[in-house]
Amino acid sequence: MTANSVRAVAMGTAMERVDGREKVTGRATYAMENDAELDRPPLHGWMVTSRTAKGRVLRVDASDALDHPGVVTVLDHTTAPRLASTEDRELAVLQDDRIGFRGQIVALVLAETPESAREGARLVRVHEQAEPFSATLEGAETYRPDSSSVGSETDTEQGEVDAALAAAPVRIDHTYTTPHEHNNPLEPHAATALWRDGTLTMWDSTQGVHRVAATLAPMLGIEPERLRVRAPYVGGGFGSKGPPHGPEVAVALAAMWAEGRPVKLAVTRQQMFPLTGYRTQTVSDLRIGAEPDGRIIALEHAVTVQTSAIKEFVEHAAVPARMMYAGEHRRTSHRVASLDVPVPSWMRAPGEMPGMHALEVAMDELAVAVGVDPVELRVRNEPEVDPGSGNPFSNRRLVDCLYRGAELFGWADRPVAPRATLDGDWWVGTGVASATYPANFFPGNAARVTALERGRYAVAIGAVDIGTGARTALLQIAADALGVGVAEVDLAIGDTDLPFATVAGGSSGTGSWGTAITQAAQQFRADHGEAPDPGVQTTSTAQSYPDTEHLAMHSYGAVFTEARVHRWTGEVRVPRMLGVYSVGRVINPTTARSQFLGGLVMGLSAALFEESVRDPRFGHFVTQDLATYHVASHADIGDLRVEWLDDVDERATPMGSRGIGEIGIVGTSAAVVNAAYHATGVRVRNLPATSDAFL
Amino acid sequence: MEHVAEHHPDHESPHTSQHVPEQRITLRIDGTDHELTVDTRTTLLDALRERAGNTSPKKGCDHGQCGSCTVLLDGRRHLTCLALAVAYDGAEIVTAAGLAGPADEGDLHPVQQAFITHDGFQCGYCTPGQVCSAVGMLEEAGRGAPSHVTADLEADVDLTDEEIRERMSGNLCRCGAYAGILGAIRESAGR
Ligand code: FES
Ligand code: FES
Repeated sequence: MTANSVRAVAMGTAMERVDGREKVTGRATYAMENDAELDRPPLHGWMVTSRTAKGRVLRVDASDALDHPGVVTVLDHTTAPRLASTEDRELAVLQDDRIGFRGQIVALVLAETPESAREGARLVRVHEQAEPFSATLEGAETYRPDSSSVGSETDTEQGEVDAALAAAPVRIDHTYTTPHEHNNPLEPHAATALWRDGTLTMWDSTQGVHRVAATLAPMLGIEPERLRVRAPYVGGGFGSKGPPHGPEVAVALAAMWAEGRPVKLAVTRQQMFPLTGYRTQTVSDLRIGAEPDGRIIALEHAVTVQTSAIKEFVEHAAVPARMMYAGEHRRTSHRVASLDVPVPSWMRAPGEMPGMHALEVAMDELAVAVGVDPVELRVRNEPEVDPGSGNPFSNRRLVDCLYRGAELFGWADRPVAPRATLDGDWWVGTGVASATYPANFFPGNAARVTALERGRYAVAIGAVDIGTGARTALLQIAADALGVGVAEVDLAIGDTDLPFATVAGGSSGTGSWGTAITQAAQQFRADHGEAPDPGVQTTSTAQSYPDTEHLAMHSYGAVFTEARVHRWTGEVRVPRMLGVYSVGRVINPTTARSQFLGGLVMGLSAALFEESVRDPRFGHFVTQDLATYHVASHADIGDLRVEWLDDVDERATPMGSRGIGEIGIVGTSAAVVNAAYHATGVRVRNLPATSDAFL
Repeated sequence: MEHVAEHHPDHESPHTSQHVPEQRITLRIDGTDHELTVDTRTTLLDALRERAGNTSPKKGCDHGQCGSCTVLLDGRRHLTCLALAVAYDGAEIVTAAGLAGPADEGDLHPVQQAFITHDGFQCGYCTPGQVCSAVGMLEEAGRGAPSHVTADLEADVDLTDEEIRERMSGNLCRCGAYAGILGAIRESAGR
């Protein structure tokens, strides 16, 4: 059966986070904090990483390390347990002598204490043979990948783009760049692992317990049931904890080596920069040809990114240009340079974030070029149907978001010309950008409903709450699907012993898991009625939600910001940000607001601060801690306001909701840059917009 | 770790200590005395987390850059990752766990309750540090300690939004829950 839509009682009602108490006291247990469940003191791991960007490990000399008190062993590629598969070069940890990037794991020290492990790692001498390498995108040879990393088409072309551009009365033709960025969840990647009786148990800091098990079990040569992954609490991820990375393999190998004894391994903040993924630098060549009134005739978005030679990841930054605005002639493309660098991966709104940054700054440039208000320009370019697929949109309310935002923000008061307002020593301006994100739905999720005593129910699914509020929202969904109060439901998540769940990523979690819960609850009622005997149970796997195949399903938003740029120092401050979103039904207004706000903050952070600087001479990120890789701090934040449209999208999910985790970051950096342009007349085309750009 | 490229001559063997110097210290943690044997290299944070089993303070960076390891140390907010445990023998430490009553039944500290009311967190990893920092900051402001943005160093501190944001900027929140944190602290400050 497929799920029917559900009457919203708990859904849509603000509810405090059910795990708030654990979090504000620090009693919530993250991946390194489960010692109470261990019956033996754990060994502590510390990784030794490569100093060359490409080459071979000739010899790992562990003699001094092994002499150090407390050091138990040093695993390297000659001594670590063998993996059954080494196809994935990022995950083929300690299996051979090849080095694919600087910062790769080349040895792992295990010791009785963290101090001894760390000192042991310092004492390991790795003899490496360096080979010539390449770590710079500029000037690098590129290739055409088979597809992007979300499986979308590499290139698209409609109409006569070059001719239309050449003939267009107005043309915008610029290159926009976004730098390497690192997710930097506040909890570093970490895991505790125990190999006992042929079963590996991992407490992992991950966005997807089943995904970790499904990826690692075959590599470790064990049945998936023999790998239990638990993630009771996860300190953020923003994509980096979506797929497993090398350190998870390292700790699993160490646990197998240490059979019977648990092993704890925390990636240091510094080691996260090469080892746990990042958003690749992007280069967007954007050309827009328009009528004098701003209507787009032709649009080209050509994206160049880099990936690691050992594993391909293609950031799909040209994808949003396929559906965002009208225009008859359109070309999008992705080209990739393969470099000897750390493996890029998912970071909040991969593709949409950098792609929409470029597109939305270009739209602002077009607004200036044709003398049309930036809000009005976007309204004029509303497509009737999805220009890329020709499919109708299911619930496209971008214009409503723009108009509502303009009203709330006081947009109409804005002077037309840039560099028009000087307040003391500060140039003041306002900017806008659109946001969008696809309504992703991942199939295959399953949920279990069990009747308990006294009209209570247990609902179980292997979903993970990485801070999104899923633990609370899923409870609300379950309660409504069962037709009971939230207090009548016990929800269990974060464990592969529970029914299969897809990853908390792509803004798909609550929708995909919630659909499974809804369907299981409805099946449960069909099987067992309204007064079930305690103990009866239904487990069901969600079908794909119907009616979605021939619809273009996306969420939308409009972001408005005020920027102030200091006339002498170029310092940029953002005293006001507003986001208005259309995301279907908001399940829990309390946690949803925090999701949107968090996206705005991360977008502001990307606009002004975030940049991972790679040293081309060595191939590593030199900004590798939170003092050199700047993220927005409290003092960087002004007044933030978020609103959403009253929406219910039952074509997206039976709850009427779409995902909300990523859209807050989309367009936000463009809104800041556009406001800074309006303040100063200086157009910044390369992120981050640091003060030097305005001097 | 010493990395030796093949074409370079081997460096001299680094000095290796033959034994790990340990020391016994006493820490009063959340109202209970703990006698701990620590490595002289053990940070206060690792003493709490790995020796005393109190994982309320979190390790976000181990480098004094994020604030997630903040506790109240002898009444003042303090980073524990940049402190060596042996230097704090006899210290009184209150973590976010100790600000609240016992796990199940006890009351939360009003600042903790305000964090929940205002949803001043998402993942919760920075939160115990934010809470301790907020409690310590309110005490600092209450006794008139100025901040970088205080205009009049002599006057009582007026905890404006700007003051709160400045004073809380040692605690990073990657989830970006700053608006909720601000609301929670405003309420706690009686605004
Ligand atoms: S862990 Fe101490 S400041 Fe980050
Ligand atoms: S709540 Fe996640 S870092 Fe602050």
